Amino acid sequence: MIQLTRAYFFSASHRLHVPQFSDEKNQALFGKCNNPHGHGHNYRVEICVKGEIDPMSGRVVDLAAMDSLVNDRVVKYFDHKYINQDMPEFKTLVATTEVLGEVIHERLSTVWPKDFPTLDKVGIQETKRNRFTIPSSK
Amino acid sequence: MFITRRAEFSASHICSNPALTTEQNLAVYGPAANANGHGHNFVLEVTLAGEPDPVTGMVYDLKDLKDIMNQEVVDPMDHRHLNYEVKPFDKVIPTTENLAVEIWKRLNPHFSSGPAKLYSIRLYETDDIFVDYRGGQ
Repeated sequence: MIQLTRAYFFSASHRLHVPQFSDEKNQALFGKCNNPHGHGHNYRVEICVKGEIDPMSGRVVDLAAMDSLVNDRVVKYFDHKYINQDMPEFKTLVATTEVLGEVIHERLSTVWPKDFPTLDKVGIQETKRNRFTIPSSK
Repeated sequence: MFITRRAEFSASHICSNPALTTEQNLAVYGPAANANGHGHNFVLEVTLAGEPDPVTGMVYDLKDLKDIMNQEVVDPMDHRHLNYEVKPFDKVIPTTENLAVEIWKRLNPHFSSGPAKLYSIRLYETDDIFVDYRGGQ
């Protein structure tokens, strides 16, 4: 068993805001992340797969095939979007990086090809100072 | 407790399988199959597991770990062409996955009886691709 992790990048804006809370409570909870028109990040998403090394190729995953899937399902989907307004999932979800990571995991796991190694976890960073990790097995 | 030490080495490699045609190798490995090879600054992180020694307060002597990493990995691989100069990569395709397995095989005997066990290695091919290996666990 070996794990391989590859990083992907997209740039998007978001705003942290809970509609059930008052403006004052949102401001107190989220601070500048609640500013009314949103703000942006260069997100880094790490996709970790685990499996056995294929003896023919010496590799655990076909990186070109994984790139194609992740680019379609994640990078092109979120890149240069306002997550709160452009993404249908976030009509009813708070656009924190935690939730964004869960949505990305779901967007991959639901179409993950059977001949790929296991999707082990998804990591996501909005800046270099924080990382959220969403494991496939709870 | 875990302790991790990092080292770097720069090496070139070719990822291709001699059983496949040139076209098939390009389809599988892309530019990594370039016949003349290409190179990376590999970054190796070695993680040991153990408990701090009650006298020294150390899980493992980091200088000793550095010496082992240099002896087994950095000295033989740094500024080398893996396929041509580092065994077993005359026979084994030096993908980052297989390189991680080989590094584990070289390091693990040093920790068979000691204060700390080899727990995992992480090998970065670039900042954005890395593999983790724990001896097959």
